Amino acid sequence: MWRRTVPIMITFFVGTVLVVAEFIPHKPFGNLGEDFSLYFDIIAVFAFILGGGNLCRVHFSKIYRGKTDWQFSIVTLLGFFVMLAAGLFKIGNPMGIQGDVTAAGSLFADLYDSIFTPLQGTMYALLAFFVASASYRAFRAKNIDASILLIAAFVILLGRTPAPSLIADFFAGAGIGFMATAFNFVPTLTDWIMDVPNLAGQRAILIGIALGVISMALRLILGVERTYLGADSK
Amino acid sequence: MKDCLFQMRLKLLPLAILLLLAAPVFAQVPDQSGEASLEADTLQEEPQIPPPAPPEIVEIKDSDNDHGHSIDLEWELSPDDDGTGNYVTGYEIWRGEMVDGKIEFKLRRTVPYGVKIYTDRGDAAGGVDPLPNGKDYWYKIAAVADEDAKTESEVYGPVQATGEWFHTGKTPVAVAVLIFASFSVAFVIVAGGHIDMKQFFIMWPIIFVLIIWLVLLIRLAAGASVNALWFLYAIPGAIAGSLGLAVSIGAIGFLVGWFVWRTKGEETKLYVRPLSGINAVDEAIGRATEMGKPILYVLGLGTASDIATICSFTILGRVARRVADHQSSLMVPCYDPIVMTVAQEVVKNSYAEAGRPDAYDEDQVFFVTQSQFAYVAAVNGMMLRELPASNFYLGIFYAESLLLAETGSLAGSIQIAGTDQVAQLPFFIVACDYTLIGEELYAASAYLSGEPTLLGSLKAEDWGKAIFIVLVIVGVIAATVGWDQFIEAMTVRL
Repeated sequence: MWRRTVPIMITFFVGTVLVVAEFIPHKPFGNLGEDFSLYFDIIAVFAFILGGGNLCRVHFSKIYRGKTDWQFSIVTLLGFFVMLAAGLFKIGNPMGIQGDVTAAGSLFADLYDSIFTPLQGTMYALLAFFVASASYRAFRAKNIDASILLIAAFVILLGRTPAPSLIADFFAGAGIGFMATAFNFVPTLTDWIMDVPNLAGQRAILIGIALGVISMALRLILGVERTYLGADSK
Repeated sequence: MKDCLFQMRLKLLPLAILLLLAAPVFAQVPDQSGEASLEADTLQEEPQIPPPAPPEIVEIKDSDNDHGHSIDLEWELSPDDDGTGNYVTGYEIWRGEMVDGKIEFKLRRTVPYGVKIYTDRGDAAGGVDPLPNGKDYWYKIAAVADEDAKTESEVYGPVQATGEWFHTGKTPVAVAVLIFASFSVAFVIVAGGHIDMKQFFIMWPIIFVLIIWLVLLIRLAAGASVNALWFLYAIPGAIAGSLGLAVSIGAIGFLVGWFVWRTKGEETKLYVRPLSGINAVDEAIGRATEMGKPILYVLGLGTASDIATICSFTILGRVARRVADHQSSLMVPCYDPIVMTVAQEVVKNSYAEAGRPDAYDEDQVFFVTQSQFAYVAAVNGMMLRELPASNFYLGIFYAESLLLAETGSLAGSIQIAGTDQVAQLPFFIVACDYTLIGEELYAASAYLSGEPTLLGSLKAEDWGKAIFIVLVIVGVIAATVGWDQFIEAMTVRL
């Protein structure tokens, strides 16, 4: 009973106080939200040790038991311990143990800049290909909705490039005035799509999210929702 | 004659030489009058700048909606301040305190020409200049043309800094929260079977009015001007003084208490529109069971204090329970160590509740990394190696959303996603089979549980949305026809 009741009581008390504090600038309520965030940060520091410990346990166990692809675990642990040692002992740091952990010339900075950053950039660059493949699937005109999406996407893609004005110039030169006018209108249409239907839809979702957040917060504060405690709400 | 003159000059020459030699000695004599005359000569060479016209203090008052330790100053510029800085170069702000029956002024700050407002902030932590609340201060402002050409305004004061007990700029937010909160509480009570809908429609306005009046009472107790909350009067009508208010609150409190005590309505069945993404959860878990492959559950990049992550925990609990029932396997790679700890506890308890605590494996929920793209690389690797039957992406996501979802799609998994990050929703929609859009993520847990009290809170959300739709329409009309009072009442000033 206490395992559920005490956390619910703490949640109710802290949640209520923080909601009320939002509307009270007077001390001690004024900075209460920031103070509680600091407590969270303090706890988070200890959680890093927990995270590191869990990482080691899981991967050592994988190697020990010889699970599938256990070789990757060696790479993971090696990377973890090398970076940990490089950072903790400031290996190669020109300022010695007193120097900044990210000082240029240190092993930590070299590993970070030479291995981690390019790998991270590579992962991010994959996004371009994934956008292309996802767009290919999404923009197939299977039905009316998908066709509208395709047309809107085409207009926005075109409108965000210098192409419409170049094409308009071409048509103007060829003496086809209405086509030139039509292509000159594309950037305006692009802005309209982004500023009116797109923004209206986003705001509608945001209002829904705001209400959902309040509702969820109330469920937690009132103790109606208890699954996060690891207990069924019944 | 000439010889006579020559002889006289010869006699005067030594005297003249003596006088010339002695002149520097005389000049070095510390004679005050001599110095003054020299200075006067210098000043006469450079014309003195006349002092400018003084500024006029408009208002000096305690800063609004803060914890105190701050005073706002506003003044009319000196008529000689033409905004170019050629003549009036700035304004000196002097703050005075009473010391031994006399006001002693200290220079606080010099602001440039053209500036006519200044906020005098003290060090609330009680440092060098604490500017404590409740202490009298006097101010004067001097228009400065030159070091020796400045003119002070009249002394203004006394003024005190005070902390406020209610942020009036957030009044519309407070009212909205009160309305929505009272709706939620009432619907939870209705859904719990304590009262029925008919009784609710009578009770809800009473609860709402009670809450509004309580706020008003707090304001009165804090010594605030009640006129500022005119809209609160609009609900109960004219209230004649605080005695009438106290009686009214007592009466309403009694009514509510009696109503709650009397009401024992039948459980009300609430209709909640189906969420295809949530209905697909069972399908996804069943598929994994049939295929003998694991389920991948990604909690996103949020921290344990984010509402979206908390919602994801609750959904994880439900999913883990069904996974335990179906005897499938679950993988939960975590980005945040605290999230991992909570997720471990949630999954462990779900297995215990399903009556299969022995099936819980600690390695199911594990920490990966706190680097965004390293996390993506690790999870994508798992997807391609393990080929999970179903992927859940529920929580806060950023650029990794499409990288994860697209890889999952290539791996042939059923994918259910949900996030409150509006920018990432299109990526999930194109790459996943089902997507919970914004608030649906928050609703998912309640929907999965099927509990009346949780569903009641969803119903309250719908009512809240209905109110917002009405307010948006009224706001559009108000802005169109120029109904400024409405727009003013709805404006939030942080």
